[in-house]
Amino acid sequence: MALSRLSSRSTTLLQPLATTSLLRRRHISTDTTPITVETSLPFTSHLISPPSRAVETSSQELLSFFRDMALMRRMEIAADSLYKAKLIRGFCHLYDGQEAVAIGMEAAITKRDAIITSYRDHCTFLGRGGGLFEAFSELMGRTTGCSKGKGGSMHFYKKDASFYGGHGIVGAQAPLGCGLAFAQKYSKEEAVTFTLYGDGAANQGQLFEALNIAALWDLPAVLVCENNHYGMGTAEWRSAKSPAYFKRGDYVPGLKVDGMDALAVKQACKFAKEHALKNGPIILEMDTYRYHGHSMSDPGSTYRTRDEISGVRQVRDPIDRVRKLIIAHDIATEKELKDMEKEVRKEVDAAVAQAKESPIPEPSELFSNIYVKGFGAESFGADRKELRATLP
Amino acid sequence: MASLLGRFCRKLVVPGSAHGSRMVSTTACDSEAVKSLNLHSAINQALHIALETDPRSYVFGEDVGFGGVFRCTTGLAERFGKNRVFNTPLCEQGIVGFGIGLAAMGNRAVVEIQFADYIYPAFDQVKRVFPTLEFDFSTAEFLIRGFNSQIVNEAAKFRYRSGNQFNCGGLTIRAPYGAVGHGGHYHSQSPEAFFCHVPGIKVVIPRSPREAKGLLLSSIRDPNPVVFFEPKWLYRPAVEEVPEHDYMIPLSQAEVIREGNDITLVGWGAQLTVMEQACLDAEKVLDFIFQLKDNWFKVSNMGLELIMQEGISCELIDLKTLLPWDKETVEASVKKTGRLLISHEAPVTGGFGAEISATILERCFLKVKSLRFNSSRRD
Repeated sequence: MALSRLSSRSTTLLQPLATTSLLRRRHISTDTTPITVETSLPFTSHLISPPSRAVETSSQELLSFFRDMALMRRMEIAADSLYKAKLIRGFCHLYDGQEAVAIGMEAAITKRDAIITSYRDHCTFLGRGGGLFEAFSELMGRTTGCSKGKGGSMHFYKKDASFYGGHGIVGAQAPLGCGLAFAQKYSKEEAVTFTLYGDGAANQGQLFEALNIAALWDLPAVLVCENNHYGMGTAEWRSAKSPAYFKRGDYVPGLKVDGMDALAVKQACKFAKEHALKNGPIILEMDTYRYHGHSMSDPGSTYRTRDEISGVRQVRDPIDRVRKLIIAHDIATEKELKDMEKEVRKEVDAAVAQAKESPIPEPSELFSNIYVKGFGAESFGADRKELRATLP
Repeated sequence: MASLLGRFCRKLVVPGSAHGSRMVSTTACDSEAVKSLNLHSAINQALHIALETDPRSYVFGEDVGFGGVFRCTTGLAERFGKNRVFNTPLCEQGIVGFGIGLAAMGNRAVVEIQFADYIYPAFDQVKRVFPTLEFDFSTAEFLIRGFNSQIVNEAAKFRYRSGNQFNCGGLTIRAPYGAVGHGGHYHSQSPEAFFCHVPGIKVVIPRSPREAKGLLLSSIRDPNPVVFFEPKWLYRPAVEEVPEHDYMIPLSQAEVIREGNDITLVGWGAQLTVMEQACLDAEKVLDFIFQLKDNWFKVSNMGLELIMQEGISCELIDLKTLLPWDKETVEASVKKTGRLLISHEAPVTGGFGAEISATILERCFLKVKSLRFNSSRRD
C-alpha cells in the first residue's frame, strides 16, 4: 500500500516552532488540508476508463471515517447482543465488515442524492444521518423508531435525507431505484440515485429489466452491487455463471471497487455520480465482506471457514485500514483512536438504554397508515363484531 | 398470534389425531410400520419416496442441496445425486419457468420456493404451468416472486391452450406459508387465495405430518400442476405417527376431523390446530362455574342448572385441497348443523373463506342459520 508522505514534509516546516508533540500532529477534527492517498487496489472497469487511484482526503475526513465506521461496527455488535437477548425479534441482518461502502458513499454524495438498499440497511441509515436512538428503537419495535416501530430491522427510512429504505424482498429495490432516478432527472434535480443490491439479487430478472430501462432512458442511476460473495449461504461461484457483476450490465459501463477501502469507495462513487449525471447508468461492484452470517439465524460458518472470516478481518478490515492511515499520517495516536472507540461505545450503550425505555406502539397502530388519512376505510380485527376501527 | 403460538408450541396436538376414535381417515392400515415424525421429516420422507419411485423426478430450488432452510430436503442430494436434486440461483420466476419447461418434457419437477412471500415473481409463470413439475420453493413468500409471471400464465393454462398436446401435470410447487411468530411482513404470508383464482392449477394445504406426506405424494403424482403450501409454523412442533410406506391421500376430498351437531367449522393448514382447541373449549362445561367456586353456596342452584347444560358440539372439517374444493362434504355438514364458521390466516377480504361462504349460501340458503368469518390476520 503506497502512502503519500506529505505529512512528513509539513512536519519539517513546523519543526522550528514545534516544542510539543501536540503541535507536530495535525489538529484532530478540523484540519481540511488535502492529503492524497492511493487506493489499495486499482479499479477494474468495463466499457469506461477507470478513475485515478489517487484519492484526495483530509485529516478531518479520515477521522470522521474512523469514528463513523466505529459507530456502525459498535451498533451492529450491540444489535447482535440485543437479538440474542430477544429484545430484537424477527429478522436482523448485520452489516459489520461492509461499513466502508456506506461511509465512502456518503463522503462522495449529498443528502439530495437518493439511496435505496436491501434489508441490510442499519448502517446505511446511520450514514444518511439517522440517529442511534431511532435505529435501536426501530429494531426493538418502539414508537420512537424511524418507522414508528412498524417496519423493524429491514425497513429503515429517512425521508429528509432521501433514504428510501430498507426492502425485504431480494432485488425488489432495483426497479424502484430506477424510478427514483427517473423522477430526479425529470425534475432536473442534478442528483443521482444509488441503488444497492447484493450478489444474490444480481441474478434476479427484475434487475436486468431495471438496467435496460435505465440505459434506454439515460437515467442518473448508479447501481451498486455489494458483493459480499455469499447469497445467504450460497457462494457466488455456485450461483452465478459470471461473478463479474460489474460487467453484467453488458451495454452499461461498470467499475469494480475494493469495497473494504473507504477511500476507493469514495472515489468510485464520486466518479459514478459525475458519469450518471451526464451519461446515464453505471454499475459499481463493491468487493466487500460480511463478518456475521446472512442474518442472526445464520451462524455464518456452515458455508465458509472461520479462518476465512478471521483472515479477512486481519487483512482487509475497513476500520483497521483507516486506523493505520491515520497513524501513518500522524493525525492521531493509537491511544486517541482507542479513546474515540470507547466514546463511541458509550454513545451506543446510552442509545440502547434509552431505546429500551421507549414505549411499544399502541394496538391501534396496527390499523393506521394502511391507507391515506381520511380515506374512511374500515378495518376489522379477528372478530368483525369485536374490533372495528375506521382507518385513520 | 405470538401468545397463541407460545400456548401451542410446547406440545402441539395435531388436529384429529389426539381424538383418534373420531378421525375419519383414509390413510394407512394398522399393520404397517409407523414412525413419530414432525412435519418437515414427513415431507422429507415423501420426497424421498417420490424420487425413488419415479426416475424422472427432480427436486430443486434455493438451498435445497444442503437440506433447505427448513430441513425438508435433507439427504436427497446425497441419495439421488446432484443431477436430480440441485440448487438454483435466487430467481423465482426463472426457477418456476425452468421447472415448467422440464415438466413439459414429461418429467416430474418438485420446485421449492423458499417462502410463500417470494412466490409473486413466479406467479405469472404459474399460469403457464407445464406437466408435472415439482418445484421446491423454500418458502411460499418467495413463491410470490414466481407469482408474477410463471404460475398463473404459464403453468395453469398450458394444457388448455395447447389443446392437450402439452401439459404441466407433474409440476408441484412447494412453499412454506403462514405465520410463524417472528416472520414479519415477508416471511408470514398466506397467498393461497391468489392461486385459488386460477383455473388449471390445484392448491393443497396439509394440516399435519401424516396428511402432508400423503397429500404431497398425491400432489406430485397428480397429472395437474399443484401448488402445495406447507404451514411453516408446524414444521418442527407438530409431531404425529406417520406410516413409513408409500401412501397417498386423495386430493379434493375434505375430511371431517371431528363430528358434531351444532356448528360446522371449516379450515385448513395450521389454523386447524387453533380451531380444534376452540372446539374443545366450546364443548367443555361452561367455565365460569369454576370461577364462582368461592361463592358456591350463593349460586348453588343456578350453578347446578348450568352444570346440566352441555357445551357446543362442533363439526370440524379440514378442506385439504382448496382448489378444486370438496363442496359436497361441507354442504352435507352445513345441512346437518345449519351453522358455518370459516377460519383462515389470510386477510378476510377476498380470502378463500369468501368463496366457501358464497358457495355454501348458494347451496344451502334455507338451511343456514348463521355464517361467520374469523381470520387471524387483520384485514
